[in-house]
Amino acid sequence: MLTRLTLTEARAGLAARKFSARDLAKAHLDAIDRLNPKLNAYITVLPEKDVLAAADAADARYANGTARAMEGLPVGVKDLFCTKGVKTTAASKILANFIPLYESTVTARLLDAGSVFVGKTNLDEFAMGSANITSAFGSVLNPWQRKGDEATALVPGGSSGGSAAAVAAGLALAATGTDTGGSIRQPAAFCGIVGLKPTYGRCSRWGTIAYASSLDQAGPMTRTVADAGLMLEAMAGFDEKDSTCSNRPVPAFAQAVGKSVKGLRVGIPAEYRAPGLSPEISAMWEQGIAWLRDAGCEIVDVSLPHTKYGLATYYIIAPAECSSNLARYDGIRFGVRKDAPTLDGVYELTRAEGFGEEVRNRILMGTYVLSAGYYDAYYLKAQKVRTLIKRDFVQAFEQVDVLLTPTAPSAAFAQGENADDPVQMYLNDIFTVPASMAGVPALSVPVGLDAKGLPLGLQIIGRHFDEETVLSVGGALEAAAGFAHTPTLHAEAGA
Amino acid sequence: MSLDLATTRRIAKLARIGLADAELETVRQKLDGILGWVDQLSEVDVEGVPPMVGTEMEALRQREDVVTDGNCQQAVLSCAPETSGPFYTVPKVVE
Repeated sequence: MLTRLTLTEARAGLAARKFSARDLAKAHLDAIDRLNPKLNAYITVLPEKDVLAAADAADARYANGTARAMEGLPVGVKDLFCTKGVKTTAASKILANFIPLYESTVTARLLDAGSVFVGKTNLDEFAMGSANITSAFGSVLNPWQRKGDEATALVPGGSSGGSAAAVAAGLALAATGTDTGGSIRQPAAFCGIVGLKPTYGRCSRWGTIAYASSLDQAGPMTRTVADAGLMLEAMAGFDEKDSTCSNRPVPAFAQAVGKSVKGLRVGIPAEYRAPGLSPEISAMWEQGIAWLRDAGCEIVDVSLPHTKYGLATYYIIAPAECSSNLARYDGIRFGVRKDAPTLDGVYELTRAEGFGEEVRNRILMGTYVLSAGYYDAYYLKAQKVRTLIKRDFVQAFEQVDVLLTPTAPSAAFAQGENADDPVQMYLNDIFTVPASMAGVPALSVPVGLDAKGLPLGLQIIGRHFDEETVLSVGGALEAAAGFAHTPTLHAEAGA
Repeated sequence: MSLDLATTRRIAKLARIGLADAELETVRQKLDGILGWVDQLSEVDVEGVPPMVGTEMEALRQREDVVTDGNCQQAVLSCAPETSGPFYTVPKVVE
């Protein structure tokens, strides 16, 4: 049962000495041994002796009464967070041999809270993708399977697909993710777990490999909403090494879960009723509305008129920032280098061979929209539309406390689907991108299964720095939905 | 506007990504498709709307102008593919 626990249950079990942190760590390493060859959720599994040493240190703290908030809890770390002395690849060939000299602020905080890291989880290369099929170290398999069609391999979503698959399949109690346009929330929905993208600025970005700096935000991926609160509390907080990191106090997020939501106003944005939205997703959304109404919320129709421009705006701004951020991979100072007779030749060969196709295309797209003659028409224009998208949210939040929407327009799809047309693939993020553009917090909660037995998620979006209300409403939704399913491929399946 | 091959070649050069001619055409088509799709933004009226820079929730801070890090030359160099003494090495750039 150890790999099915929530963080909260495991913490209580450790405190009551029902099992040891060593037992917990061993159960997870064993699960990884058995299932990771199939799921490919981890790029790097930490050496057993290091994991067990960390677990033993946690047990010592439980014994002497100094256990911290995440003491002894096995956590997976997206391979985008730099971890000191542990290979950090961003799922790219160009960083295949990169061993950071420092620890990212978020992972340092998690370690300071007592977490036991078990490995570095797979992702789309440089966090660019919605299906976890662009990793240089192979695709991640979704542990869920379609009923009656177990042979079709499904994607876990992306970019934090390894983290989502690991948490869903019992290969970690929780994992870190990062979200630029939906990379925590969409894979959480596809894998039937909880994913929280905090407000931009809530978690430090220092030491997290950058994709689009004005959008990137780290967050927890967990089995319950309360766990997301607990883990965010450990991850968040001021860091002077990130100039965009907020110095607001970090609330006791976990305590927000279970609070009454009576009288809260929940907005339903008309523009999210996109044409072609699957009837099953529509029905699940209606069910979510009914659950929150029953919990005492007031349901209010609202409008976010610029929603339809979110994706196009994103696919100008994110590539532009990516082209700047990824300029550092030159084959000279770190990472992999391809030799050529000239310096420009080294750059061009290193970057052509080191980056995968999707990353190259986004760098090129970004270079184009930032280049002389096109900057105003594309980049500046997109930044202005972004202002309008953010205003939509600010105005909606004058009327309501949170918004409720679907997380993704479909359940998990098959590997190979949507792969040829980038625009089709980008449409996966249609419901998650607007909140990223505005910088507001958003949570995906698993609420049910579709007819094929695949999980579906609903998204709760809140005001800037009001993760607490988001978590309260998420808790109410979770309680009403009672989602207790686990995927076919699970550490304890059949056990 | 549609993207031509010469422009594609120029941005690949700017981005220092070496692409063979055959790859350039594939890239051109992909980017042209995306550019056609993002052109929908031209219908949005942004007259008088300021560009959004970051999320504008926090004011930029200043800190004391002091050294907070350093003295780790060897460690930093250890990440490089090729070094010579206390230097990174690159192909000769001066003829």
